[in-house]
Amino acid sequence: MTIPVEKAKWMYETMAKIRYFEDEMEKAYGEGKSPVFNIGAGPVPGEMHLATGQEPAAVGICAHLTAEDTVTSPHRPHHHAIAKNVDLNKMTAEIFGKATGLSKGKGGHMHLFDPAVKFSCGGIVGAGIPHAVGAALAAQMKNKDWVAVAFIGEGAANQGSFHESLNMAGLWKLPLIIVVENNEYGISVSKKASTAIESNDKRAAAYSNVAGAYVKDNDPEEMYRVSEEAVRRARSGEGPTIIEIETYRYLGHFQGDPELYREQSEVPSLREKDPILKWKNELIEKFSVPVQEIQEMENRARQAVDDAYRFARESEEPVLSSALEDVFI
Amino acid sequence: MTTTKQRMLTGNKAMAEAIAIEMERNPDVFVLGEDVGKYGGIFGSTQGLIDRFGEKRVIDTPISETAFIGAAIGAAAEGMRPIVELMFVDFFGVCMDQIYNHMAKIPYMSGGNVKLPMVLMTAVGGGYSDAAQHSQTLYATFAHLPGMKVVAPSTPYDLKGMMASAIRDDNPVVFMFHKSLQGLGWMDPLDAAVGEVPEGEYTVPLGKAKVVREGKDVTIVGLQMTMHYALEAAAKLQEEGIEAEVIDLRSLAPLDRDTIIESVKKTHRLVVVDEDYLSYGMTAEVSASVAESALYELEAPIRRIAIPDVPIPYNRKLEQYVLPGAQRIYDEVIQLMNE
Repeated sequence: MTIPVEKAKWMYETMAKIRYFEDEMEKAYGEGKSPVFNIGAGPVPGEMHLATGQEPAAVGICAHLTAEDTVTSPHRPHHHAIAKNVDLNKMTAEIFGKATGLSKGKGGHMHLFDPAVKFSCGGIVGAGIPHAVGAALAAQMKNKDWVAVAFIGEGAANQGSFHESLNMAGLWKLPLIIVVENNEYGISVSKKASTAIESNDKRAAAYSNVAGAYVKDNDPEEMYRVSEEAVRRARSGEGPTIIEIETYRYLGHFQGDPELYREQSEVPSLREKDPILKWKNELIEKFSVPVQEIQEMENRARQAVDDAYRFARESEEPVLSSALEDVFI
Repeated sequence: MTTTKQRMLTGNKAMAEAIAIEMERNPDVFVLGEDVGKYGGIFGSTQGLIDRFGEKRVIDTPISETAFIGAAIGAAAEGMRPIVELMFVDFFGVCMDQIYNHMAKIPYMSGGNVKLPMVLMTAVGGGYSDAAQHSQTLYATFAHLPGMKVVAPSTPYDLKGMMASAIRDDNPVVFMFHKSLQGLGWMDPLDAAVGEVPEGEYTVPLGKAKVVREGKDVTIVGLQMTMHYALEAAAKLQEEGIEAEVIDLRSLAPLDRDTIIESVKKTHRLVVVDEDYLSYGMTAEVSASVAESALYELEAPIRRIAIPDVPIPYNRKLEQYVLPGAQRIYDEVIQLMNE
């Protein structure tokens, strides 16, 4: 199977955009937090979970989705949001807590909602899976070929919501895809120390009509290929799929995580296998994309991110009384 | 000048010390929860325990709150004394059936024949822009439901002493510790998060409030951060010639109504401050208790300060706007004194 060159290019540009975005966020989050780190200080306060290194999971499947398809995402949502084409300016403004943000500054980085592209995320592990089940059920009831994708971390596969959702989705043959991003750690606890199965795609065997697929080594091409089949299955009414992708968390669980639970030599060796650099080489060698065109894609990605950060920084703070609005609509 | 050398500890170290002492005293005491091992608890409540007691008694769990809180219940019914950590109180949503329909009810439903000597410890509170799903206290949500003791200590001294009491108690105890009062290096450093903590074992009773500042003009009731804000406001009020009495509630269930009523009988004015939602909350319970038992002692209507029935917003200014603070308490007391 070959990936259409336009898709391959989209995947590269989107991964580059995600990486720029996360690198910028790492810096922005650090502002006002030195020399002494204080989680509540700076232009971006609160917890911050970055997805640097986890880009292939997001683009490999979102390459097959449209605005009509639903994506739910957990506490580490930026790569999914960008790949799902969430409004980057409004998303960035939200993370800066601005009135122009997706949620007028009320949600923040873990609570991004963009109904225009059917994207949502939340801060409770495993909670997005049943929401995707509901979206898939709605698609089935409306007789649409829409699919619903729930991104989760590998730790979430040990939540009841994962198993309850799969049972229902298998039973009803729902167009659901669960993408398990296995970055090896649920905060400090390794997958090996928390999970009684080698990989979560194997859990598909427990439920009728559920398929499983495993993507190793953070590979964008394999993620694309496996996702294509999962989306085809879902759209044609064959039922749900669990995809587990072996991915890499370059940074801590959250910014400020002392990471005493893992060897410090681990990260440089992960970065050596960087999927974006790998994909860039693929574009040049396999897809014969001229280097100049790649440069243009990178520039466009950089520009979109820069524009979004400028928009966010220059936007107004919400008025205080707005805190009391939106409880009821 | 004092020559006694005080031993100062942060809130988290005081808690971990109490757990360590109880684990030494009683081999049935053990800890389980997410990241309680090598990480030492996300808010430091189990710091150093795994090195001392090993991974058989300090157990890192999968992200499976229903299963591991349920397992704590099962182990407690067998006579173990588990301390189970729910990382953020906000995560109660995924496991409340185990907490409320089981942990809180089994002792009663069994006619007292099944004991659940367990502690459910959990981090509460906001003020650092962690938004709506990671900033709640939910004091009243738990305190409303019979069958659990619910405590929320405000000082390192009480964190240690009340943790010891909670572990020794034969009832399920929900032990809420405030993130801002743990003295963690990555949060806003607060003086209140560090305090004198004696070495060795001691207990502080559950269900007893404490008058932390005596005064004759107005009673301010709070707990955890709101108690510290009340003290801050009281110091400022003193400059205006107003002597505020401050009560640290310490326990939500059982609620020490006597201490509050006794104080109101002295001051004849009451302000109740809570870092939880306003309606149906602690402020209402305290106010109703005073209205029932000491209404005619009041010289002015009771004032309540709490989160105005909205989820907690992310934006820092919006969050500060809805959270109670010292200035707000000061302003309310000034107005109250003029009524």
